[in-house]
Amino acid sequence: MSQLNLHLKVWRQNAGQPGHFQDIEAPEIPDHASFLEMMDIINERLIAKGQEPVAFDHDCREGICGMCSMQINGVPHGPEKATTTCQLHMRKFRTGDTIWVEPFRAKAFPVIKDLVVNRGAFDRIQQAGGFVTVRTGAPQDANALPIGKEVADAAMDAAACIGCGACVAACKNASAMLFVSAKAGQLNLLPQGQPEKDRRTLGMVRQMDKEGFGNCTNQYECEAACPKEISVRWITKLNRDYAVAAVKDAFGNTRKEAGGGD
Amino acid sequence: MSAVFDSLSRFYASSIGKKILVALTGLMLLGFVLGHMIGNLLIFVGKDAINEYGHMLQTMLHGGGVWIARIGLLGAVVVHVVATIQLTQANRAARKDAYGMHKAQVSGKASHTMIWSGLTILAFIIYHLLHFTVRKNNDYDTYKTVLHGETVHDVYRMVIAGFSWAPASIFYIIAMVLLSSHLSHGFSSLFQTLGVATDKTEPLFKKLGYAFAGLILVGNCSIVLAVWLGYVR
Repeated sequence: MSQLNLHLKVWRQNAGQPGHFQDIEAPEIPDHASFLEMMDIINERLIAKGQEPVAFDHDCREGICGMCSMQINGVPHGPEKATTTCQLHMRKFRTGDTIWVEPFRAKAFPVIKDLVVNRGAFDRIQQAGGFVTVRTGAPQDANALPIGKEVADAAMDAAACIGCGACVAACKNASAMLFVSAKAGQLNLLPQGQPEKDRRTLGMVRQMDKEGFGNCTNQYECEAACPKEISVRWITKLNRDYAVAAVKDAFGNTRKEAGGGD
Repeated sequence: MSAVFDSLSRFYASSIGKKILVALTGLMLLGFVLGHMIGNLLIFVGKDAINEYGHMLQTMLHGGGVWIARIGLLGAVVVHVVATIQLTQANRAARKDAYGMHKAQVSGKASHTMIWSGLTILAFIIYHLLHFTVRKNNDYDTYKTVLHGETVHDVYRMVIAGFSWAPASIFYIIAMVLLSSHLSHGFSSLFQTLGVATDKTEPLFKKLGYAFAGLILVGNCSIVLAVWLGYVR
């Protein structure tokens, strides 16, 4: 085990107030520590000195919950491909390095404190259609609804999205298209998602726009930054599904209310 | 009727709706740029060839054809420009606080400068129309030649006169470099926005886009350079 001496430039901010970068020296960081463990060590030292520790998001620390964030040296989740911040290890850095640590920046992700941002906009997009309405009753036979292996695999690829927001952070326009397209696409692809497909697509895109995310300019920085390697082909599908749903919405029949029984 | 308009205005108000319109108008303009270049390359066939082509455009459908094309293209340009300016404003507003450090991992320069290459091309289109279509501040209207016993506009002489003034030629070349940069991203990008790109076709669209951008650059600049170097005179 060797140790690293690092210089950090960490964003410090309280909600609603202007923020600034604080220079923090980080000597003697074990190279087998994860990035979050490095932040823990820094905070222990800050607390020991009677200073305010750096607030940052974290939960499972095994790369599946989507809670950890941080823009590290200009890239969401840092330089390691397909890796969340919690799975990034300090051995990827060299002693003497200067590391920039910032929150995911977007108008739709307001800073709560330091590196913690409010990603509630993603929850509201999900509530606008990112689900299949639950039908209560006994479950049907598993083989009653055949789904091709290719389709099931593709839907699983989209479902791998952990909703961390790295796509928004990486995009120069702070667009949420990769997230929204993965969440809408996984259901739009499966038979269970068909009945609500158009309503889902229109609803989720409308909420995405309302939250103040930017527009996709097809640069694919989101795909490069995604810790789960969600493909931009989901965005292609969302564009296609949206066009179809919008045409039906504009020119299709209006739904008649069903009459009562008596 | 109004139900349709409500839905269409919702479509335009949405991010994807605007982008689809930008892609469709972009596709129209792409076709125009190619046709315009092929027509103009007739200058290398000879004086009569390009004059006959110009006369054909002017008199097609009893002179109505050129106006149908003009109105269609004007509509496409207006939608393309207005929608992209609105999208760019929304994009800027979506990230007010800049990163201290932000690294682009995969995207190229052309894709980051679309609004600037686009606005320069818009300025160029206005200049180009005043130069060769409205013919403001020049005497190109008086350039006439006889073709098959008919007096027609001398396009050939006008092009030579137009590119004999160095500042105009330089602006044309700068505009063409920016146009090819714009096309190099726009070409493949429109297939993504229209929802037809796949893992197999995306690399093909990318390569076709670069080839198309290169073709437009070389084709259009060759006319300016040919006049400059005295090959066409």
